[in-house]
Amino acid sequence: MRRGWFLPIAAALGFSFLYAPIVSLVIFSFNESRLVTVWSGFSTKWYGELFRDPQMLGAAWLSLQIAAIAATIALVLGTLAAVALVRFRRFKGRTLFSGMVSAPLVMPDVITGLSLLLLFVAMEGFLGWPRGRGMLTIVIAHATFCTAYVCVVVQSRLSDFDRSLEEAAMDLGASPVRTFFDITLPIIAPALVSGWLLGFTLSLDDLVIASFVSGPGSSTLPMVIFSKVRLGVSPDVNALATIIIGLVATGVLIATIIQLRSKPKKAKA
Amino acid sequence: MAKKSTQLAIDTRPWRDTANNKPFVRIKNVTKKFGDVLAVHDVSLDIYRSELFCLLGGSGSGKSTLLRMLAGFEQPTSGTIEIDGQDMTEVPPYNRPVNMMFQSYALFPHMSVEQNIAYGLKRDNLPKAEINDRVAELLSLVKLQDYGRRKPHQLSGGQRQRVALARALAKRPKLLLLDEPLGALDKKLREETQFELVKIQESLGVTFIVVTHDQEEAMTLATRIGVMNLGEIAMVGEPTDIYEFPNSRFVAGFIGSANMVEGIVTEDEPGHVRIRSSELGCDIYVGHGVDCAPEQILWWAIRPEKMSLSREKPVTPHDANVTSGIVEEIAYLGDISLYQVALESGKRIRVSQTNSVRGNPDAITWDEKVYVTWSDSSGSVLTV
Repeated sequence: MRRGWFLPIAAALGFSFLYAPIVSLVIFSFNESRLVTVWSGFSTKWYGELFRDPQMLGAAWLSLQIAAIAATIALVLGTLAAVALVRFRRFKGRTLFSGMVSAPLVMPDVITGLSLLLLFVAMEGFLGWPRGRGMLTIVIAHATFCTAYVCVVVQSRLSDFDRSLEEAAMDLGASPVRTFFDITLPIIAPALVSGWLLGFTLSLDDLVIASFVSGPGSSTLPMVIFSKVRLGVSPDVNALATIIIGLVATGVLIATIIQLRSKPKKAKA
Repeated sequence: MAKKSTQLAIDTRPWRDTANNKPFVRIKNVTKKFGDVLAVHDVSLDIYRSELFCLLGGSGSGKSTLLRMLAGFEQPTSGTIEIDGQDMTEVPPYNRPVNMMFQSYALFPHMSVEQNIAYGLKRDNLPKAEINDRVAELLSLVKLQDYGRRKPHQLSGGQRQRVALARALAKRPKLLLLDEPLGALDKKLREETQFELVKIQESLGVTFIVVTHDQEEAMTLATRIGVMNLGEIAMVGEPTDIYEFPNSRFVAGFIGSANMVEGIVTEDEPGHVRIRSSELGCDIYVGHGVDCAPEQILWWAIRPEKMSLSREKPVTPHDANVTSGIVEEIAYLGDISLYQVALESGKRIRVSQTNSVRGNPDAITWDEKVYVTWSDSSGSVLTV
């Protein structure tokens, strides 16, 4: 095929549209000046500043904890849902269940956040739990929508899982529990890892839902950044954003690599 | 057929002497329903030690369900399965003295060939040295000595098939179940592997039950064949019985190709039967007695190779067993040619002739009028 100039230019424009803002943000995080838009020399002082800011560090630690716990809960629940959907082909309300599991994927965050807030308030009124809003409510909220993502990822892996592998293991003398740990788990492990990483990343990123369900003293990192930016963009936010981009990109990259690595084997074997 | 020793003694065919031989696998009145669907219906079957028994049937005939019940993956809705005198109904798959080779091979993708083969042995907690010895022995049995460290996805289809076989044989099962063992191989490889499979089966003396839809495969492998249709056993017998003496129209039509015509009994004597067939346009003289009554309508089936063609009207005794028609189609298959002859009634029959003369210029050709004839013992009279 003849190589024209159109496709490369279109690709370059497309990628710059996507990544130019991020690249400029990363560059300006190394800016010496206090003014965000004026370049006055290379420096890492805003990173230093960032690590001396207790509010930022506290929020970051909170966000990481929430993300880890929510992703873990979502992993367990999402995997169970995926197993139910894939393994039990016919049960009453299967279509409804599968639709409802994936609904949070397309639900606007504002609605998810608002509805959860209303739920928590009502529950506190009737049950006295969860008392007030804080880390616990954020974890629950994040776990709900991350469950949907985990479920979708695990479901796709499970649906091309050859059940005769499990039967073969049992045929060779392995008990059902043994079979699960020897055969099922190793084979779906990549999906579990990438599902967890996906949930972790999503939780770390979330601003809208967390804003609804958080309480005093439990501001997550995105919330702190957002409130800082409203008072004017300061260079240390650039530095923080760069770190987050690095973390998220690494997470997504690992998840993708794990997914891809496990694909060719399955396709052939 | 599998067993072709010089002396075909009765001890290699235990099913011929049921009084003195105990069946090894005994399937008694087994029925399996999935919801409202009857997958297997009242099947009873005795299989003897060291047999290579083929369950042959089309898709949906229930053959795989029967195999899965033997392995323990499905529970019979009613009936019992005994293996070596032991009732297997309540025994889970992981405690049965049975191993299975899966159609998809079901090799564990995250384990090497050696680990796959050793998996069952490890579950038995055998000492490590013994496991290694056994794995090496099996690898050499299936001629894969140099492939032990490979992963399944690094093997060809034929190699994977052999790993699956080795893994299924590793625990020295009393009974090996094979689900379409050669189904995924190409034709050439399949033919080679068939003989290898028989050789391994004979050398180990393990009882094999093979499920297949390929009748040629069943004929090549089996000591006996069980033909299944709509969840029931249509016929059980040695390959020659199934082919030469089918017991029903289904079996005659399913195995090989057969010309089938309807007829009416005109003479019913202990020594012979005469059937008038308007489809065939002549009488059929059968040289043995048949359990039927005069005026009964029945069917008569004959294989294409059991008839012969000629241009001159042959002389036949009893004024029967000869009809005529026009050659409509000829399929030249190299060793034989298949002729489709249109009879006066409009019925088309197929006759095959061996091409014993090279490039025969005098061969019967299209649109010729020919006489079709057969001997009085060539066809099968079928009442069902």
